[in-house]
Amino acid sequence: MSTSLRNNAVLAGVLLLPLGVLLGAFWIPEAKGDPAFRIFYLHVPIALTAYGCFGVGAWKALRLLWKGERRYDLESYTAIHMGVIFGLLTLVTGSIWAKYAWGTWWSWGERQLVLFLILFLFYSSYFMLRYSTDPGPRRERNSAVYALFGVTLIPVSFLAIRIAGTILHPTVFTHEGPQMTWEIFTIFLISFAGMLALAATLYRVELAGKRIDASLRELRELLA
Amino acid sequence: MSGYAADVAALARKDLLLELRSRDTLPAMLLFVVSALTVFHFALPSGSSARAETGLLWIAIIFTALLGLARAFAAEREEGALDGLVLAPCDRSAIWLGKTIGVTAFLVLAEAVALPAFALFFHPLSWELVAAVALADLGIAAIGTLLAAMAAASRARELILPLMFLPLVIPVVIGGVGASVSANPGSFLGFLGLYDAVFAILCWASFEYVVTE
Repeated sequence: MSTSLRNNAVLAGVLLLPLGVLLGAFWIPEAKGDPAFRIFYLHVPIALTAYGCFGVGAWKALRLLWKGERRYDLESYTAIHMGVIFGLLTLVTGSIWAKYAWGTWWSWGERQLVLFLILFLFYSSYFMLRYSTDPGPRRERNSAVYALFGVTLIPVSFLAIRIAGTILHPTVFTHEGPQMTWEIFTIFLISFAGMLALAATLYRVELAGKRIDASLRELRELLA
Repeated sequence: MSGYAADVAALARKDLLLELRSRDTLPAMLLFVVSALTVFHFALPSGSSARAETGLLWIAIIFTALLGLARAFAAEREEGALDGLVLAPCDRSAIWLGKTIGVTAFLVLAEAVALPAFALFFHPLSWELVAAVALADLGIAAIGTLLAAMAAASRARELILPLMFLPLVIPVVIGGVGASVSANPGSFLGFLGLYDAVFAILCWASFEYVVTE
């Protein structure tokens, strides 16, 4: 990514995200009542961004296995790192939403939350795997294969939670969200674009930091 | 027999033969699963439903599998045999398939004791439960073997295997428990079959990357 594009991403994140949240907070059409619904403009973009990060992580992992270029390792790792952060934020915002909408901090009937809990546990183990394996090609490939397992687990778990639906955990709360009107959809898109820009910015910063770390370590080994 | 199938058969035979001679893993799995079922009896307050008992059986199966999987690559690691296997002129995925067949055999043998013991201690088995256990074994063995190979390359080994394994088998537990207790087990059995197929293909394709240096 060129410097100007990177700056644009920062700018987009800085402008669009607060704009979306403010619009969501103050410009919701009156008829759509439910005040707790406002967190929709934060929660759903964060969740989708987390999926996006996991997807990018798996894509880079696939490229690593396919091409054998080692730079993809750090890129995959950084994307998954971002995904875990956004995944945790999804759990937190979802929990807050559940509290205000239904009066409970956690509901096993809320499929997206359950799915994110599974993914959060799964990707947290990614770090355990990474840090307990010695650096080298073996670690890079193991991490990459694990990342690919992750994107496979997303639809499989989604399906499992869906068919389990009523039998294992009765769905007590239904998601009777307001119908998507064009206003809601527009605000949602603004928020989503802002969130993606924020994720891209964080990704660039984190990746640059990790690259510097890696080069510094190499340099130190050379000097030692 | 073609080359690939012969390789797989030889590798699976090696594992079974090793176990037959050393009796390292299987007796431990058998003892563990019966102990676990005994503990579950005391963990369930009297008057607990049969559904709760069935759920605990699935936990016993998952943890017994973990016990076996932690030892899956122990022999190879201790004797440095994995390097030899990787260097052997056969497709690396054959190593995974042979090992998976061995692990599945251990699991089936452990359950051949666990399921009758469960029926004796708790309540009679349904055919759906047995079918679900059989399908779950395949998925557990496929994924577990690959993760065990990954864990063998790390320093944490036995510590990290359950951390990676449990989130991945949550869908198996959902499918298995669903098939055991729901009124229409067909969709859950179908889901277990789908899970097995998807992850078996993924493990088969990616095992080579996990074992090569």
